[in-house]
Amino acid sequence: MESKFYEEDKLLVFRITEEIDDFSVQKIRRRADYEIERYMPKKVVFDFDRVTFMDSAGIGLIIGRYKFAKMLGGTVELANLTNSIKKIFEMSGILRLIPVTNLEII
Amino acid sequence: MKSEIENEMKLEFISKSANEAFARITVAAFASQLDPTIEELADIKTAVSEAVTNCIIHGYDKKQGIVKIFARLKENEIMIEISDKGKGIENIDIAKEPLYTTKPNLERSGMGFTIMESFMDTVDVESVVGLGTKVTMRKIIKNKMENDEADDEFEMITKE
Repeated sequence: MESKFYEEDKLLVFRITEEIDDFSVQKIRRRADYEIERYMPKKVVFDFDRVTFMDSAGIGLIIGRYKFAKMLGGTVELANLTNSIKKIFEMSGILRLIPVTNLEII
Repeated sequence: MKSEIENEMKLEFISKSANEAFARITVAAFASQLDPTIEELADIKTAVSEAVTNCIIHGYDKKQGIVKIFARLKENEIMIEISDKGKGIENIDIAKEPLYTTKPNLERSGMGFTIMESFMDTVDVESVVGLGTKVTMRKIIKNKMENDEADDEFEMITKE
């Protein structure tokens, strides 16, 4: 996972580069929480452009970061979802809470 | 002539979550003999990943055990059995409900069975408390049928 913080916009972007499953989320979660706490962003964007696989572990990952960022006064958005990833998020209902963007941010 | 595919494979590995990727990639490589579309292959990988995660997180619950996968290809269908000898499920109907999880503190979403059911054609769960759980999933690979039809058509044309 790569990350970049845009100071002027208080925007923190995580570009996930690994397959997302129960094994990989443990590392992603620790790193994301560490950086959210460090930068206190207004907005956190998870970019899925390079994610080739995701199972339901991704749902828990995003709900958890949504709650954490919200607690610290920020919001979460998802970017560049592939069809199969979108299908999984849609099933969970979290897209009613978390907006999806397709912006070229990085 | 339709090409008759019949094939079987077995896989056993230790219940470590690092093996989830190994399991789904292996089953997907085996399934690719049926010539699935990329989307069908993604569906199979996701369903396998969910079932294997269940064995590791719930079946064995951090204890070490063996996860077994048996897969069979017959004509245009793949059947996948994923089993553990873990603690079993007390109430399968409740476990299958969307958003139901016994481990919310681990950020489990409770969507595993829902995803398996929507990505595969059928999902059957057998479980005995204290003895283990077996999930049997089936999926018809549509692409194979279409390709075979195209092959038959090609053979008819070339025979004329």
